[in-house]
Parts: sequence; structure tokens; C-alpha cells
Amino acid sequence: MSKINLTIDHIQVSVDKGATILEAAKKLNIKIPTLCYHEDLCVAGNCRVCVVEQMGSDRLVPSCATPASEGMEILTNSLKVRNARKSVIELLVSEHRAECTRCYKNGVCELQHLSSEYLIGEDGLIDLVALKNYTIDYFSPSIIKDDSKCIRCQRCVRSCDQLQNIGALSVAYKGEKMKIASFFEKPMYEVVCTNCGQCVNRCPTGALIERNYIDEVWSAINNPQKHLVVQTAPAVRIALGEALGMESGNIVTGRMVAALRRLGFDSVLDTDFTADLTIIEEGNELLQRLKGALVDKDPEVKLPMTTSCSPGWIKYIEHMYPQLLPNVSTAKSPQQMFGALVKTYYANKIKVDPEDIVSVSIMPCTAKKYEANRPEMHSSGYKDVDLVLTTRELARMIEQAGIDFKALENEEFDSFMGVSSGAAVIFGATGGVMEAALRTAYEIVTGREVPFDGLNITPVRGMDEVKEAAIKIENPLPEWSFLDGVELKTCVAHGLANAKKVMDSVVNGKAQYHFIEIMACPGGCLGGGGQPIPTNMEIRKRRTEAIYREDEGMPIRKSHENPEVVKLYEEFLKKPLGHKSHELLHTTYTPRNRY
Amino acid sequence: MAKKNLQRLDLIFKNEQDGEQILTKTFKRSNQDIVNDLIISGLKGRGGAGYPTGLKWKLASEAEGDFKYVICNADEGEPGTFKDREILSQVPVKVLIGMAVCAKVIGAHEGYIYLRGEYKFLVEPLTEIIDDFHVLLNKIGFDFRVKIFLGSGAYICGEESALFESMEGHRGEPRNKPPFPTQAGYRKMPTVINNVETLAHTYSIFKYGPDKFKDLGVQDSRGSKVFSVSGDTPIPGIYELEFGMSLQKFVEDFGDGDAKAVQVGGASGFCVPRKKFENTKIGYQGKLTGVSLPTGGSMMIFNSSRSMYNVLHNYLEFFVEESCGQCTPCRVGTQQLLLGIEAVKKGEKSSEYLEKLLGLAENMRVTAKCGLGQSVANSFSSIVENFKEEMIY
Ligand SMILES: Cc1cc2nc3c(=O)[nH]c(=O)nc-3n(C[C@H](O)[C@H](O)[C@H](O)COP(=O)(O)O)c2cc1C
Ligand code: SF4
Ligand code: SF4
Ligand code: SF4
Ligand code: SF4
Ligand code: FES
Repeated sequence: MSKINLTIDHIQVSVDKGATILEAAKKLNIKIPTLCYHEDLCVAGNCRVCVVEQMGSDRLVPSCATPASEGMEILTNSLKVRNARKSVIELLVSEHRAECTRCYKNGVCELQHLSSEYLIGEDGLIDLVALKNYTIDYFSPSIIKDDSKCIRCQRCVRSCDQLQNIGALSVAYKGEKMKIASFFEKPMYEVVCTNCGQCVNRCPTGALIERNYIDEVWSAINNPQKHLVVQTAPAVRIALGEALGMESGNIVTGRMVAALRRLGFDSVLDTDFTADLTIIEEGNELLQRLKGALVDKDPEVKLPMTTSCSPGWIKYIEHMYPQLLPNVSTAKSPQQMFGALVKTYYANKIKVDPEDIVSVSIMPCTAKKYEANRPEMHSSGYKDVDLVLTTRELARMIEQAGIDFKALENEEFDSFMGVSSGAAVIFGATGGVMEAALRTAYEIVTGREVPFDGLNITPVRGMDEVKEAAIKIENPLPEWSFLDGVELKTCVAHGLANAKKVMDSVVNGKAQYHFIEIMACPGGCLGGGGQPIPTNMEIRKRRTEAIYREDEGMPIRKSHENPEVVKLYEEFLKKPLGHKSHELLHTTYTPRNRY
Repeated sequence: MAKKNLQRLDLIFKNEQDGEQILTKTFKRSNQDIVNDLIISGLKGRGGAGYPTGLKWKLASEAEGDFKYVICNADEGEPGTFKDREILSQVPVKVLIGMAVCAKVIGAHEGYIYLRGEYKFLVEPLTEIIDDFHVLLNKIGFDFRVKIFLGSGAYICGEESALFESMEGHRGEPRNKPPFPTQAGYRKMPTVINNVETLAHTYSIFKYGPDKFKDLGVQDSRGSKVFSVSGDTPIPGIYELEFGMSLQKFVEDFGDGDAKAVQVGGASGFCVPRKKFENTKIGYQGKLTGVSLPTGGSMMIFNSSRSMYNVLHNYLEFFVEESCGQCTPCRVGTQQLLLGIEAVKKGEKSSEYLEKLLGLAENMRVTAKCGLGQSVANSFSSIVENFKEEMIY
């Protein structure tokens, strides 16, 4: 690749052709402030805070959007640049309802940070906020959209469009009225939004935030009548550290458990347990569907079957491909299976009235907040999951409690419903559910382990947009003889833009898959909308590595070998897809409109 | 009123019947010769930025792409200008010939006229003329088709990259440059986009040769230009004038005898006060002329009864509304300038605040994403600096 030589602040640097000035500066460890720029998104170049001086050019150039060229001389800190930058920040602040001390993003806001760095003062421009008719949409159980905090950087628009291919948010109006709007400016919960939170994760300010339930959880904890049960999703333990001052890629499972106990939760349990359970139910459902389609030739049985554990994906398919809802596994997500069991089986086991249980879950996800509030999620006779917190909210609670997270000693989950397998841990990464399901389903059918070195089904791992893998079934157990010689075709996609590619090929009949795993978020749950900010490919890769490290280190690697799951079936559920399972662990879906 | 002996030309609107002949003649020449003629002629874009037309065609001819496009910019959104409408009504074939020759030079087979929505009534007559023109092209054996694209009405869609976005079915928001249209324009393919008038001028150059064109005008502003004259003038209308005319001469010809200022180039242009009329020549921004001509050629004359505060206020209101709103300096800056001069006028801010606003305008000029935001400072600074008392009292 040809190299481009330029100087930035009089220092020589050489970059690949096509690299931007911003990237070149990064190479020299020169920090240029940015707002609309985000590594995961296409370049917009609209905030203009990253402008730099290019010798020979009267106007400044946006460093994020300008390719480096041979012989360029760039100044990032000249008087002209500083004046312009400060002016841009001052302008943004002037149309911004700056009330940092009461803002959810206080302390982690990019606008606030720049404003403080550039000493934006009182004597600035005219405050435009009073003249604006800003709206705040707090009707959704998952996401709050506050236009008065919006800097119109369009990161959210690009997230929703590029990563998710939905377009739930777009730019409306022009000039002074220009704003980010949902379809017909309806509330977020009424539009095609999937609650995935990818926009929330990338919004630099407090304009798009998760609806937080921190105070609700605190008051439940402090209510002596209540028994507080908490479950933690697989992807939380490999990212929580980031929000508490640690490097990405750290596994903090034991510290997280210790912190939750310190916060005052009575039972500290693991969503991984129901992830294993999901595999048993979903795996058996797949086999049942295969039998229905291949042996009984039942036209009602739909293949390919898709996974159902990502609530963003569920809302998406309800809107976009309602005709394919019969293809979605009826198995609930691990969060909701857990919720249903906590207020039935577990309540009974610990002899607590389910009425007195508050079931809290810690999720990497904003869509789980919406999921917990679905009307059908009351299988236990109560609201199965009462309160959902994101990884970020948990970190905030740990800070509020004054806990020195890094200094905590590792602790173990409580039992029952605290034991899990490596197969459950990898639910947090794209391809993980597929891998876990194959480890189990293959063994059910053949009586042997999947034919992959160390149980690692590498073709379904990694960040490729769409991954395919096929396993040929040979010498099955007699009960499954109809599968002899069948090549089980699977497909994995993460991010809804990629899901769309796969589903379109299912609709037009091009794809002949048996089983499809879809996760709404890039990289899977580890890149969820509720995860620590910032996110980028580098960080998601480190989180992924941590997940597979955690899997490798687990004594049990297969869901069906989780002893507590085995016991749960013996004691309570009796058999996969049985009566109790249907009552508690499976669900139905609602076709919705696109508009 | 006595009829004035106006110093005006009649090149563009001269109805010439030799279209076929000029087209055939030009098509026989090499692309390089055609481009060279344009470069020698000194023709610069009449749509705003004043980019040398020959160079633009040359860059597009050298650019690589599966397809290439020629687009005629007929969005004409500048308030009070309608010269492109007149050119398309009176001498559309000149424009089509310009497009076809450009297509030959760069290797395009598709062309579009991006027509301002309000000019819908032109679609029917233009379509007829285009159909005839296609017959002519068939005759000389050149595969090139022109279609009309009706604009959506937003002023910003006249900006070339916003225009491409709008043609591609997106919101009309300007793109980052580079890449320039000649590298990646419509559908990210090499594209020449020229103003209606620019294309009409190429016809004259093909016909009369580059030297005749170059003989008109001065230094870096060659040829003639169609102006829309309005404001305090007894003879409003559109006039073709030679570049290099001094503003003194201009107001003598067009003013009502009491001109105190001329706004050259509309809202995005510069305001020239009486004391500078003598030393200001009409033309592109350069050493000699001192005044740029950023947009469609609007010339607005103000006599001493006018409040320059009101003039500026109108311009700013226009920008506040017509900014596409995507970039900070323009979206917020225009609002601040408008409210700022109101506050000074009302006495809510001291007159020193104007200095802050001038600084803001300058920052907008150097940081805004497209020509709209970049040129707000032109009218703002020239009016505020030259008519400061009118801003305060
Ligand atoms: C806000 C804005 C509006 C514009 N509107 C027009 C227009 O209506 N017609 C036009 O020809 N050029 C317009 N331009 C200039 C175009 O971007 C472009 O420079 C021009 O069409 C190129 O043609 P030329 O080289 O022949 O001038 C506008 C530019 C800006 C920044
Ligand atoms: S969004 Fe940022 S700048 Fe705005 S109030 Fe919140 S913390 Fe402050
Ligand atoms: S939550 Fe997801 S679907 Fe909803 S607007 Fe944000 S990115 Fe789009
Ligand atoms: S909501 Fe957030 S991400 Fe979207 S434009 Fe506003 S500030 Fe940017
Ligand atoms: S300068 Fe104005 S019109 Fe141009 S891109 Fe920025 S906001 Fe839009
Ligand atoms: S970060 Fe470059 S323009 Fe916004």
C-alpha cells in the first residue's frame, strides 16, 4: 500500500493512502477533539469541532473527514484553530439545555467534557434554549430521548441506519428547526425502534439515555419485606470492569458477585443458568422441528428456526418480517426464563412468597427493559422480571455504594440457579448460542461430542458479518436415524443490518438453513446497548476474547451437563418442552407494523 | 425618465439558429482541444464558486468511473434571481449543446437538468426541445440522453453535493469535500455539474472561439455575466454585462441617483457602500476587483431611504431558515447572528457585542461545511462594518 507523508504540528508522519488527518494525528498521539465522529460509523463531518489548519488553505478543514495528502502541513493547535473550535463548542452550548448537575450523563458527557476543556463561560452567546420548543420523550420503558440535550451530531441516526438498517431515527426539518425525529415524531415506543440501544451507546450527550431504575432498585433493597433476587447476564461480567476504571477484556465475575452482595441483594444468581436451560429447550425444539419437517412433513412446522434470546431481534422481526414469526423459536430469552422460575420454582425452594420477591436483572442491553415490560411476561402470575438494569447502571450503583471494585475479593454465585456451563458464558458473543446449541444438540442426536477440537466451534466465532457452518450428522442414535447423513446448516448474524441480509435470503428462498442465530447488537450481547461507553471494534474484540477465555476455564462446557439444570428437570420441569416448560419457558410473538 | 444608454451585451440571449452546425463542428474536434479552448477562454462557473470550467471538465475526463454524469444546475434558489429560468426559456439549445459536448469530453451518456421545483411549467416545453435534441444526437451518432429532475424546493439543494443527495433520494445535505464531484458526484461517480449560464457560455466559446470570449472582461474575470438587477432602480430586470464594470458606472446606469449601497451577489454576497463604488469592479474575487460574485448574479441597489439593519435582518432570516441545519457553525451561528443584531438594536447587548458577532461570522466562514454557511460572513461583515451606526441606532 502506498504511503502518504505529511506533518502535523511540525512532526513528520506517514500513513496509508486513504487515512484521514484525524487518524494520522492519532498515530502521533495528538488528540483532536471530535463529537460527530465515531469509529463504528461512517464519517459525517457535521459538528466541525475537529477542524484543523491546513497550510495554504484559508478555511479550516475537518480532520475526521479529510484524507491526508502528500506534503500536507497541518496545525492542530494554532490560534485560528483554537478560536474556531471554541466558537463551535460555544455555539453548541448555546442551543443546549445545559443543566449538567441534574443530568444523567453528568461526568461522562462528551459535550460537557469539551465545554470544560475550552472553558466555555457565562459571557458567551445568547441562550437559545428559551426560544426552542424542545420535546422530551420519556414514555418508553427503555429509552429516553431528550431533544434539549441533542447536539445534532447524527451518531444515533447513523447507528440505527448503518448498524441496524432500521431508520427509526432520522433528521427532520431544516435550518433552526432541524432535529432528530422518529417517524412522524411519534414516541419511541410506538415506532419501529427495537430498543437495542445502539444509538444510546453512541450518543455523546444526555439526549439519548437508557431509562434508569437505580432508585427503584435501591428502595427495594432497603425494604425489609422484600427478598431481592438478582441475575446477571453473561456479557456483563466481561465488561463491567470498563465502567469501573479497568481495561477492557477483564473478567470480573467474582468481583461482580461480591459487589452485588455488598449492595444488598439477597440471592445473587446467574442468568447463565437459564442460558443453559434455553439451550436445552431451544435445542430440543430444533430437533422436534427437524422431525416434524423431515419425517412427518408437517407444513405447519417452519424451518429454518431462528433464535429468540435477543429482545431487540424479536421486536425487529415483529415489525419487519411478521410473516416469519412462526420461524422464531418459542423459547423465552434467558432473562425471562429466569424471571418465570424465580417466582415459582425458586420461591418455593427458598420458602418465600413470590409476592415478596423483587426480581432484578443486570443486562448488557436496553431492549431487555422493554422485554421485561411485555404484557405476556407474567407466566409466574406476577411480573416475572421486575427491574432491569444495564451494566452501566450497575457500575453506577457500585460507585454510589462507595465500593472499591478493584479491591474486592472474588465470590461465588449462590446456589440454586447460580451454576452454569461454558456454553452459557459464550451466549454473550455472536455465534455463542449457536455453538452452545450445537454442542448439546449434536450430542443428543449422536451420543458423541461435536467433532471440533476442544469443543470450540470456531466457524461460528468472530466478527464476520454473516457466518455459516454446517455439521454433517453421521451414525445417529436409533431414535434420530432420520437425521443420518443430514447436513445441519446454520447461519449466524449480529447487528440487525446483517440480520436483514440473512432474513431477506430466507424470504426469497436463496438460503437453505436449518438454524439461524441472530443477535441484534454488533458482536452480540457484549456489544449491547447497555454496555459501558465507549465501544468500538477493538473493545468488542477484547470482550470477545474474555468470553472465550471464561468458557475455556469452566469445568463444565456443555449446557446439558449443568447439574443444576439436570436437577431442575428432575424436580420440576420433568422434561424439555414438557407441560411446565410451555407454561413458564415459552412465549408468543406479536406481529407489528413497520410504520 | 430619460432612456439610458446601458453598457450591455447580447450574447447569451441572442437567438441563434446554428445549433446543429456548432454541435457537429465541435464534435469533430478532439476532447483536448475543446478543453484547451475552455481553459484559454477563462470561463469560470456562473453558479457560485467560480471554478474554471475547462479545468472541471478536464478533471472529470481523467477521473475513472463505471459511469459519468453531466448535470445542469437549474435550481436557481437565490431570492430575486431568475436568469437561469430566462436562459432555459429563451435559448435552451445552447445549454443542451454545452451538456452534450461535456458528455463527449468526459465520456458520459446520461445528463440531468436539475430544475427548480417552482419552474415546473418549463418541464413541458423543455421536454419537447430535449426530444428534438435527442434526434439531433442520434443523427451525429452520439449516445447521450438528457432527463429533467424536478427539485424539492429547498435552497440548499442548489449546492452541488446536496443536489446529488437529493437526486439519490436522500435528504438534501451537503457532503464533505474532498471528494469533489469530478471524482465522486452523482451516485459517487465522476460528474460535471455546471450552472445553466455556464453551459450557455460554452456554446459561445465553441462558436466564436476562446479569444472572443477572453476579450471581454478583465484579468481573472472573463466574458459576460447575466445579472438580476433589483432594489431601488427604475429599471429592474435581467441584464447581460461585461465583467470589470465599476460599481460607480453600474449605479449611474441602473440606480435612481441616490444609491448608498449595492449588494453584489445576493444574500451570500458583499455589500459595497457608496464610498467604495469607484474602486470596486464587478467580477470574481481577485486582486483587481475586490468583490466576489458568489451567487446567481443578483445586484441589489439600496438608496438612502433603506435601513441596512433591515436588509441584513432579512438576509439572516433567510439563512436561519435555509441552512440545512446539519453543521454547527451554520445552524447555530445564523441564529446567533440574527438574535445578536436584534439584541444590539434593542439595547439588550452593548455595541461591543457586534465585535463578538464579527468574530463569530469569521469562524463560521472558516468552519462551516458548505458554501452557504461559509458565505454568511460576506454579507454580515460587509454590512456591519460599513453601516455600524445603522446597526446600533
Ligand atoms: C447554498 C448554495 C446554493 C447554491 N445554489 C445554486 C444554484 O441554485 N444554481 C447553481 O448553478 N449553483 C448553485 N450553487 C453552486 C453549486 O454548488 C455549484 O458550485 C455550481 O452549480 C457549479 O457550477 P458552475 O461551475 O457552472 O458554477 C449553490 C451553492 C451553494 C453553497
Ligand atoms: S448532556 Fe452533557 S452538557 Fe448537557 S446537561 Fe447533560 S452532562 Fe451537561
Ligand atoms: S434503540 Fe436501536 S432501533 Fe431504536 S432508535 Fe436506537 S438504534 Fe434504532
Ligand atoms: S440524540 Fe445524541 S447521537 Fe443523536 S444527534 Fe442528538 S446528540 Fe447526537
Ligand atoms: S454550512 Fe449550513 S447549509 Fe452547509 S452543510 Fe452546514 S448547515 Fe448545511
Ligand atoms: S468530528 Fe469531525 S466534524 Fe465532527
